[in-house]
Amino acid sequence: MLAKAKSMLTEECETTRFLESRGIRVAETDLGERIQQLDDQPPSHIVGPSWHKTPQDVAAVFAKAYGSDKDNADPAYLAGVMRENTRPLFLQAKAGMTGTNFAVAETGAIVTVTNEGNADLVANVPRLRICSVGLEKIIPRNEHLAVFIRLLTRSATGYSITQYTSHFRAPRQDGEMHVVLVDNGRSSRLGMEKFWPSLKCIRCAACMNTCPVYRRSGGLSYGSTYMGPIGIIMMPTFDARRYSELPFSSTLNGSCTHVCPVKINIHEQIYAWREVMEEKGQIQLAKKGAMIVAGKLLSHPQLYRIAASSAEPSLSLLPRFAIYNRLNAWGKHREIPQPGNETFHDWYKKNRSGAACEDKKQ
Amino acid sequence: MNMRDVILENVRKNQPSPRELPEVSLFHFEQAVDLKTLFTASLKELTGEVVTEPPPDFEQFLRARFPDAKTFCSAVPEYAGNSKPEDFVSWADAGNIDVTIVRSPLGVAETGSVLLSEQEFRVNTIGFLAHDIVILLDPSEIVENLHDAYRHPHFLDNAYSLLMSGPSGSADIGGVSVHPAQGVMTLTVIFWPRAKQH
Repeated sequence: MLAKAKSMLTEECETTRFLESRGIRVAETDLGERIQQLDDQPPSHIVGPSWHKTPQDVAAVFAKAYGSDKDNADPAYLAGVMRENTRPLFLQAKAGMTGTNFAVAETGAIVTVTNEGNADLVANVPRLRICSVGLEKIIPRNEHLAVFIRLLTRSATGYSITQYTSHFRAPRQDGEMHVVLVDNGRSSRLGMEKFWPSLKCIRCAACMNTCPVYRRSGGLSYGSTYMGPIGIIMMPTFDARRYSELPFSSTLNGSCTHVCPVKINIHEQIYAWREVMEEKGQIQLAKKGAMIVAGKLLSHPQLYRIAASSAEPSLSLLPRFAIYNRLNAWGKHREIPQPGNETFHDWYKKNRSGAACEDKKQ
Repeated sequence: MNMRDVILENVRKNQPSPRELPEVSLFHFEQAVDLKTLFTASLKELTGEVVTEPPPDFEQFLRARFPDAKTFCSAVPEYAGNSKPEDFVSWADAGNIDVTIVRSPLGVAETGSVLLSEQEFRVNTIGFLAHDIVILLDPSEIVENLHDAYRHPHFLDNAYSLLMSGPSGSADIGGVSVHPAQGVMTLTVIFWPRAKQH
């Protein structure tokens, strides 16, 4: 059995699935990651993989897996259930695997940052230790770590540091340590003039936490390993065809760029990816047509008002096949919401402008 | 060419134009701060505790603080305990320790962190498999921030160095930070000057 600490890189490479197909049992040891593993779901957030679940959801997952009390949703109780059930896994594991937050060229150190200390356990209890490192995680010198550790924890959790910041330069006595440097398209991305800055990402998730689309839809809705604004600009570098729609899951409000501690121009890259998708012919014809129509309507107020006030009667009167068809890409997976009886413009005129406002003041 | 060479060649070819490494300043406060006070406040953020003086009777202090503890593993000359790191030949056995006592050579005021490594632990797992940990720290060995801390030779010399900044915790359920998690349940730092070398 292999005890594993949380690593987005191994999610990206589907390492667990590969190892299990070779008969190696893999136990996730980060609490959030373990919850997701037991529930057979990918992480929904790169810092808190199970943050989309309520404590009640977790109680149900643990009750099924560990036989704990399904009605006790106290986070401290649930964390205790995890500790009791995971401790034996650490002690029995024949190998430990962690990801890497930073790797230092000067000292050869692999640096991990955790609040649970599970990377330290995984790396120190079994004699065999494997670390996966994305190529972009290598920084030049030890003194630079101070800059990056300060940036990472403040941006990820709001604290000045996380409980365990650990540096591994060599195996424990009589142990083995193997470092796997992973490329998976990174060295090619380095050559993409517009898109290489996404390699600066330190995986703090500040862009997700501020993104209005991520906050409403959650990480699983992106259907990709990396989610939120950073996911939108990273995933197409792996597979532009498969992730051709991701760049459109954004309002382009730019708050991701604003909060990014390593100054990645995320929203500009999202826009640039839209251009790439257009050039590659990855935008569906129906969507393209709809966008042209929307562009016309939104730039002509009078046309827009006519269209808006005719939407309600037409949606109520038209038969279903006229609304839900190939031209309505939006309605493919969901129902169109029922429009109100009057347009916002009419409502505003009635309630907020001129006389109506004066009446209210008195 | 094997894949390794292909990747390295790709990296060389696609490298953005080189630039000078920036000078990293130490980012010290403009006015001197009391490092002991700052350290105590920072450690409290992640629920670690500071005891500001060495207890007159350490044995009694430990018994009172950890009434249910039976195995005290000491890695310091100040206290014998009833076990030492070398007793745990198999590193997994350190799970039987109730309280580990160890000395840190460095505290970081900004973050409330203490530096620990295989030099202090001797058997690394005593630091996380134990139920609780007590760390002795000479207050004159507290530095202001992480920039100072990373100048410590431990980071260049040791196989394993850890900046520990609180007991193991997790905020993965409901976003509430709770104990227990996988490591120690409580972390206590005692300001305890190092014995003078003769």
